[in-house]
Amino acid sequence: MATILAVIEHRQGVIRDITFELLTLGRKLVEKNNAQLTGVLLGHDTQSLAESLRTHVHRLLVVDHEVFSDFNGETYQQALTAIIKKENPFLTLVGNTAFGIDFCPSLATQLGVPFTTDCIGVEMVDGRIRVTRQLYDGKMDAHVQLAESSSYVLTVRSGICPAEQGNLSAEIQKIESPVVSQPDYKKFIEYIEAVVGDVDITKADVVVGVGRGIKEQANLPLVEDFAKAIGGVVACSRPIVDANWLPKDRQVGSSGKTVKPKLYIAIGISGAFQHIAGMKNSDTIIAINKDSNAPIFNEADYGIVDDLFKVLPALKSKILEIKK
Amino acid sequence: MDLIVCIKRVPQTAEAEVKIDSSGKDIVRDRLTFDMNEADSYALEAAILLKEKFGGTITALSLGTADAEDTLRIALAKGADSAIRIRAEEFVELDGFKTAALLKEVIKDIKFDAIFTGCMATDDSYYQVGPVLAELLRVGHATLVSKVEVADGKAQVNRELEGGLIEHLEMSLPAVFAVQTGINEPRYASLIAIRRAAGKEIRVVGKEDISLELKSNSTLEELFLPPVGKRAEILSGSTDEISAKAATIIKEKGLI
Repeated sequence: MATILAVIEHRQGVIRDITFELLTLGRKLVEKNNAQLTGVLLGHDTQSLAESLRTHVHRLLVVDHEVFSDFNGETYQQALTAIIKKENPFLTLVGNTAFGIDFCPSLATQLGVPFTTDCIGVEMVDGRIRVTRQLYDGKMDAHVQLAESSSYVLTVRSGICPAEQGNLSAEIQKIESPVVSQPDYKKFIEYIEAVVGDVDITKADVVVGVGRGIKEQANLPLVEDFAKAIGGVVACSRPIVDANWLPKDRQVGSSGKTVKPKLYIAIGISGAFQHIAGMKNSDTIIAINKDSNAPIFNEADYGIVDDLFKVLPALKSKILEIKK
Repeated sequence: MDLIVCIKRVPQTAEAEVKIDSSGKDIVRDRLTFDMNEADSYALEAAILLKEKFGGTITALSLGTADAEDTLRIALAKGADSAIRIRAEEFVELDGFKTAALLKEVIKDIKFDAIFTGCMATDDSYYQVGPVLAELLRVGHATLVSKVEVADGKAQVNRELEGGLIEHLEMSLPAVFAVQTGINEPRYASLIAIRRAAGKEIRVVGKEDISLELKSNSTLEELFLPPVGKRAEILSGSTDEISAKAATIIKEKGLI
């Protein structure tokens, strides 16, 4: 029976959400294609993690070695190369995360198998893999056919396959670690926690998010004044932090903070999926953007398609009127 | 230190309207502006900062059509010493793997201590070129790099993980660093430097120089617009009317 392999992502003793999404996708694929889903857990002292995966896979391969106490893309690549060569899966699934991105493309290259990254849809058609990917800043989707092969490697984007409960009962199989030390050329040293700033944007009821559409740092006071009028805090998308206009602790998104305020107002934010991941669970979302096709309008409850430099002062005065 | 920076010229689509062309496999390009891929400009700056500290050379390399030479000239103006273009027009189905394989064919004849690339390009969003290139060259790599400091022949490297967490690695050189945006402040090229770079020679290589028979990993079948999600209720009217409606919604939610 054909096997689909899914690599379990965990960090600091916790299985990452992407793992359960990946396993849900894996179960859907094996059901349709009469295959079996095998999880691979590389770690150290992971008994409780392994137990929590039991219902999600047909079989769980566990490598328990101190070299996997922390993540190193290189040790993962070498161990997975050995495991994939032995297990010979039809498909290997990995999250398109900081974890998967670091070892997947090089792993597939070492194995010599077709691969692609950041998939938002995966199908098996006539023994071949066809995926959906997103291009051009998320403004286009594409169907992509992978080259004919007996094995494939894919990374899958977070949030595209909501995690479901599994009802399997996996056989847990311990295997010898194919890797016992970190290579000299790439050694994990430590995790460094995010710096805590003066404002905690995750605690605010109203978050005013600003993006690239603000154009210049000199325009930021316009947003700050607006946030003050409405009683909210200023947050932002990645380009604003990259430009050093606001500190990192104000960034909303997958590499920044996840916020769930009562109201999120997105100003000049086009809506890259990384940003959406950090604010989609807000109670009410209002987006202001001059491009009516901006992806942010797929997430927002209310949209304003207009020039933010006209809307912000007008909306601010309406809010101040109501407050009076 | 001898450094190589891989650069891609890409359409600037973040703030632009994007349409599918008649082939169904590409976008309409004639109304878009093109520039250095954002992460690549941070990769270039990272290399320039190392060159300023340790001396050495920077080679800028781009797989692109003739207009990629404009982007390479910007790299020359900012601080690269030489530039090479691989004629993209002579190759088809350039996915991340094939791009990396072509770059490798040129890089294998150049001595280097480190290679810098952007962690991804905004047009095809692959996250592949840096790590694949490292694998093909048989050197170490790190992706989503948010800091590189070199001392005593070792590189202290930070990677940006989810939620603001940082992974700190120690790596030896040579290595490939796929750089995340925001790692530094990319400089602007001065007018004098741009004028000087205009006269520099860019080496151009193509099929006759690269004997590799390459199969792509993937074939793009068709582009289509992303399916519309729940879709916002778009408020209509004049700016004043829209603002009044939005203020009313906010008031009804009990937020002001």
